[in-house]
Amino acid sequence: MTNTLLKLEQINTYIDQFHILQNVNFEVKSGEVTVLLGRNGAGKTTTLRSIMGLNSALSGQIVYKDEDITKLPAYKIAKKGIGYVPEDQGIFYDLTVGENMRVGMRQEDEATKDRMEWVLELFPDLKKFWKKPGGQLSGGQKQMLSIARSYVNDNDLLLIDEPSKGLAPVIVEKVIESIEKMKEKTTVVLVEQNFYMASRLGDSFFILDDGMTVHQGDMKELRENEELKRKYLGIA
Amino acid sequence: MDLFINLAINGIATGMLIFLIACGLTLIFGLMDVLNFAHGGIFAWGAFVGVWGYSVTQNFLISIVLAVIAGLLIGLITEYLIIRPVYGNHIQQILITLGFMLVLSEFIKVVFGPNILAAQKPPFLQDYWLVGDVTIIKYRAFTIVVGFIIFVAIMAVLKYTKIGLIVRAGVMDKEMIQALGVNIRLVFIGVFMVGSALAALGGALFAPSSGVAYAEMGMEFGIFAFIVVIIGGMGSVPGSLIAALLVGLSNVFMAYYVPSLAMAVTMILMFLVLIFRPEGLFKVSGVSNK
Ligand SMILES: Nc1ncnc2c1ncn2[C@@H]1O[C@H](COP(=O)(O)OP(=O)(O)O)[C@@H](O)[C@H]1O
Ligand SMILES: [Mg+2]
Repeated sequence: MTNTLLKLEQINTYIDQFHILQNVNFEVKSGEVTVLLGRNGAGKTTTLRSIMGLNSALSGQIVYKDEDITKLPAYKIAKKGIGYVPEDQGIFYDLTVGENMRVGMRQEDEATKDRMEWVLELFPDLKKFWKKPGGQLSGGQKQMLSIARSYVNDNDLLLIDEPSKGLAPVIVEKVIESIEKMKEKTTVVLVEQNFYMASRLGDSFFILDDGMTVHQGDMKELRENEELKRKYLGIA
Repeated sequence: MDLFINLAINGIATGMLIFLIACGLTLIFGLMDVLNFAHGGIFAWGAFVGVWGYSVTQNFLISIVLAVIAGLLIGLITEYLIIRPVYGNHIQQILITLGFMLVLSEFIKVVFGPNILAAQKPPFLQDYWLVGDVTIIKYRAFTIVVGFIIFVAIMAVLKYTKIGLIVRAGVMDKEMIQALGVNIRLVFIGVFMVGSALAALGGALFAPSSGVAYAEMGMEFGIFAFIVVIIGGMGSVPGSLIAALLVGLSNVFMAYYVPSLAMAVTMILMFLVLIFRPEGLFKVSGVSNK
């Protein structure tokens, strides 16, 4: 039996006056990669932002490790051990790679240094460009920096928003490999449109459509269900 | 040549004083997205507290420290009472901080009396050095050195300390820095207090050099500082230094050669920048409007 690490119950989120998430339900098991699927504008990013406290839900409950975090400010949620890799990667362009890593460290202890070493072995490019401003990195390098930064803290859950977006297939493969390694150490919620990536990494899936959860199950199920894929993911 | 060097030193010294007000303002705007028109009022308070402190203690260093403490306190009060309710709303910020600027000015008259105060330089900074045939006024040299030290110190903090990195990152992307576990509110308060303290330091240094402290000086210098922030690029400390020196120098030279244009030249500088480089001389990249 696996434990529930994160649970969204009847989440309603507004952006200005727009009712974006409508009673979203969603559950993440410890140690798994849960993939959040759905077409453009379905509400995947908004779901992650609601979890992260960047766009707090108006009603419903977000429970993380048996604690209600729905209304907490983002920084407190981060301190509970949730790392965020946003869709736009959130790299500070004028800060170097090294400074981007350091500014995200909640502590600078031995354990953090160990994780840093591990993550730099995973992404040797980052070491190579340590002194380069974040804004001068390629798209793939920015993505790796953002993922690395989320990992360097003692996080138990990573929220990763469309890491394959805009990347060349070779780079996507590298990102997949890195998340595969990360997966052994932490739980992941992965928003992904790229079904290949989703299917390689995912243990279970949720499909969002129009701000509502419309399907969920084991990834295996989705691989075989052509109709679901066609209907919500636009894959023939 | 003698004259030219003298004007240049005078211009740089004036620029350094403007820089002390502007660097706080630029960080407050860049990080907090707050238009703070009360900032000049804290400059004036610094001047009065400094003058008062010197007359009471006859110790220049203590008078400066008192002014800086006053700046920290007024900064804390301003952030808490005036700025906090109007985050995210520029129109309200302009109205309420302009109003508070007047309150700060009037309160100076209540506390220190309605008259202009005469300000003295400490004896060790009163005369000048003769270098060849150039006279260097000690107090101006002192102002330049202090301004430069402050600049280097701020840059070092921003470059090498964790809190400095957080401030720079916050200027670029407030959301992401919070998602990384930083309580940006605390950083706001800290930056606001330090920025206010620097403005107060500027005031305390300015009064002895001009010989007077008057309540309206806050408004005058506050406007200068705003222009400098626009020219230098909002959120950029080096930008505000360069812009402050430009404004200081052009003012001093114009005041000498074409006095009627002294004020206009600052405006012309600002318009030129707005036309050709609307983001200012130094652009902080990744400034988002999130
Ligand atoms: N700032 C905003 N203002 C108004 N509507 C928004 C804003 N951001 C997103 N939306 C809307 O919210 C819906 C969900 O967006 P999002 O969560 O980004 O979807 P996804 O990540 O699945 O593509 C979309 O219909 C989008 O148009
Ligand atoms: Mg999205």
